[in-house]
Amino acid sequence: MQDVCTTGERLFKELDEYIKSINATPDKLISVLQKAQEIFGYLSPQVQQYIADALNIPASQVYGVVTFYNFFSTTPKGKVQIKVCLGTACYVKGADRVFERFLEELGVEPEKPTKDGQFSVHAVRCLGACSMAPVVLVGEKDFYGRMKPDMVPRIIAKYREVKS
Amino acid sequence: MPLTTSTILICAGGACISSGETSVKEALQREIKKYGLDEVVRIVETGCMGACSLGPIMVIYPEGVFYQKLTPQAAVKIVQEHLLKGRIVQEHLYKMPTGEVIPEAMDKLPFFAKQVKIATRNVGYIDPGNIEEYIARDGYFALTKALREMTPDQVVEEIKRSGLRGRGGAGFPTGLKWELTRKAKGDRKYVVCNADEGDPGAFMDRSVLEGDPHTVLEAMAIAGYAIGAQQGYIYVRAEYPLAIERLETAIAQAKEYGFLGQNILDSDFSFDIEIRIGAGAFVCGEETALIASIEGKRGQPRVKPPYPAQSGVWGCPTVINNVETFACVPPIIIKGAEWFRSIGTPNSPGTKVFALAGKITNTGLVEVPMGITLRELLYEIGGGSSTGKKIKAVQTGGPSGGCIPAEYFETPVDYESLQKLGAIMGSGGMIVMDEDDCMVDVAKFFLEFTVDESCGKCTPCREGTRQMLKILDKITSGEGTEEDLEELERLGNIIKDTSLCGLGQTAPNPVLSTLRYYRHEYEAHVKEKRCPALRCKALVRYVIDSSKCVGCTACARVCPVNAISGELRKVHSIDNDVCIRCGSCIEVCRFGAISKVSP
Repeated sequence: MQDVCTTGERLFKELDEYIKSINATPDKLISVLQKAQEIFGYLSPQVQQYIADALNIPASQVYGVVTFYNFFSTTPKGKVQIKVCLGTACYVKGADRVFERFLEELGVEPEKPTKDGQFSVHAVRCLGACSMAPVVLVGEKDFYGRMKPDMVPRIIAKYREVKS
Repeated sequence: MPLTTSTILICAGGACISSGETSVKEALQREIKKYGLDEVVRIVETGCMGACSLGPIMVIYPEGVFYQKLTPQAAVKIVQEHLLKGRIVQEHLYKMPTGEVIPEAMDKLPFFAKQVKIATRNVGYIDPGNIEEYIARDGYFALTKALREMTPDQVVEEIKRSGLRGRGGAGFPTGLKWELTRKAKGDRKYVVCNADEGDPGAFMDRSVLEGDPHTVLEAMAIAGYAIGAQQGYIYVRAEYPLAIERLETAIAQAKEYGFLGQNILDSDFSFDIEIRIGAGAFVCGEETALIASIEGKRGQPRVKPPYPAQSGVWGCPTVINNVETFACVPPIIIKGAEWFRSIGTPNSPGTKVFALAGKITNTGLVEVPMGITLRELLYEIGGGSSTGKKIKAVQTGGPSGGCIPAEYFETPVDYESLQKLGAIMGSGGMIVMDEDDCMVDVAKFFLEFTVDESCGKCTPCREGTRQMLKILDKITSGEGTEEDLEELERLGNIIKDTSLCGLGQTAPNPVLSTLRYYRHEYEAHVKEKRCPALRCKALVRYVIDSSKCVGCTACARVCPVNAISGELRKVHSIDNDVCIRCGSCIEVCRFGAISKVSP
């Protein structure tokens, strides 16, 4: 038999399994949203409504929580997220110039993905690696310390290659 | 089983990982296997050793040789020379500024030797993923002692007598908090660990969670026993995935060994811990906001009283302490309140962990007795300025703190002394600034942070900080007036007096403290339209020194907006109307011909 599930349905199924597995009650809303964002990449109105129904709470309450926390996004992000730390230690060592250089090289606004959807650039507050300031985190794990604006094009090139 | 002849402790803290620890470790493993040493040499990845500026670092025992700034090539050489032949590899030892090399740097280097470790006593010494290593260093002995030899009241009394104060910022006496919660009426009570370390520039909680997670669990269980709680929550920020992973492992191990769960150590005390992951809101470091977030709501603070000791999680009496505070608890139970009081000052006993960052030579984490002077901390331990320029100020306490100028560096570091200077202890971030840092710009930076992070519930914080930021914007773009300075002060004091929670009440501190000590810098911006530190873009022009420029065209090629013109081998010039002050030209000029000036 052919798999007739669309990608969207499959993702909702995955979310549903998670909700059931933790026996989700309204107090677990934040955990559910975190999982949903991991699955879908961002929290669309449909996803928010789905969670509201599953936890039996008003959609307005879900929306209230989603918009309160920085971690949640209601718009899609790039496949590769570049997080430039603008914490104090990084800032006094010139992180603002690194941040601007990323935006300039990619021709994007903060938080918004590039046209091809490959990158988005985010300003974050303190990654807790202040001794390596300025610090950039690409994806979830790749740290770049002691950043200079000049290092930006090479880093971007590295993650362009990953795509092809 | 063959005996281990050498143990390598390699630091796997955030800074070392980001400077290549993984590839060094892999090279070590490969090489050790190649020479058949894998049965007798043990490699342990530890939490942060603190000396982040030297990373990646490792220590080889039994000799205690400290290697720094490692590369995979260095790892190969160390295996071949040190492990196989017993010859110390000189080029990766620590070198003093005098040129002297120190093999046993952990004992002799001022950076390490001046420290007194209580909260971070195990960080960097044990494998955080192995409960037995924690137990071998007296782990869970304090819990055992509390359960078998002490009543809950005695535990509370011991913590009270120790004088331990909250390490998260405000310095509230921990024992008193426990006592109030113990006495509060309620069938269910909770213990919460605040691991939502949001102050930019502070990473000590991360280091404890990653390097010694069991100490937090043990202390929470002790607190649970003392106040009569059966459930604990650790609220940890999503930005620390490794800390979350280590905590999960630690909780599973502690349950397996019977230190958490039902009838701990055959007593009738049962206690469990759940992890709650934050979703990125600075205000959630405030205790009532954190409680709302644990309950799955918007993390907005509420009016106190009632305090969490009366009404916390689900309306039940709750103790909330920060990670570092908890980490001090097991040693106090084992060694006693008097021992703890013998360290530090009478009003601020014990130690404090500080994160040294910014323009300081030895960036990293240090734990020192309270009462140490800022000078000792910044110069003897921190090694002074890293830029060759004079240290101008140190910023403590993050967005709630203030800047302390160099004239006050003889001040002892304790809660009250820092407060008198208009700063706060805060969580222990210390950002060092030099003459290139503009104090108006720094104040603006912090205010941007609080404007972003204000939860919006109360008007003074939501609207007031925004207005202050507008004024600072005006000043840094050269349009400020003298009345603006008065207005900043007036507004700042109103916000301090009328905001609902700690975030708002302290938000004006960075502005008020810089106005107090660096009013002349503000005045230069306002009266002379000049930025003395050459930082505020609108008040700075870029110029080329015609006697130094050789016309290499490097600057013209790198300029993103084509503001630089000039022919090959002829002096170049910058059109300041086009220039966006990005600074790229200064970076590429090899002749030092380009500089910034403020009128």
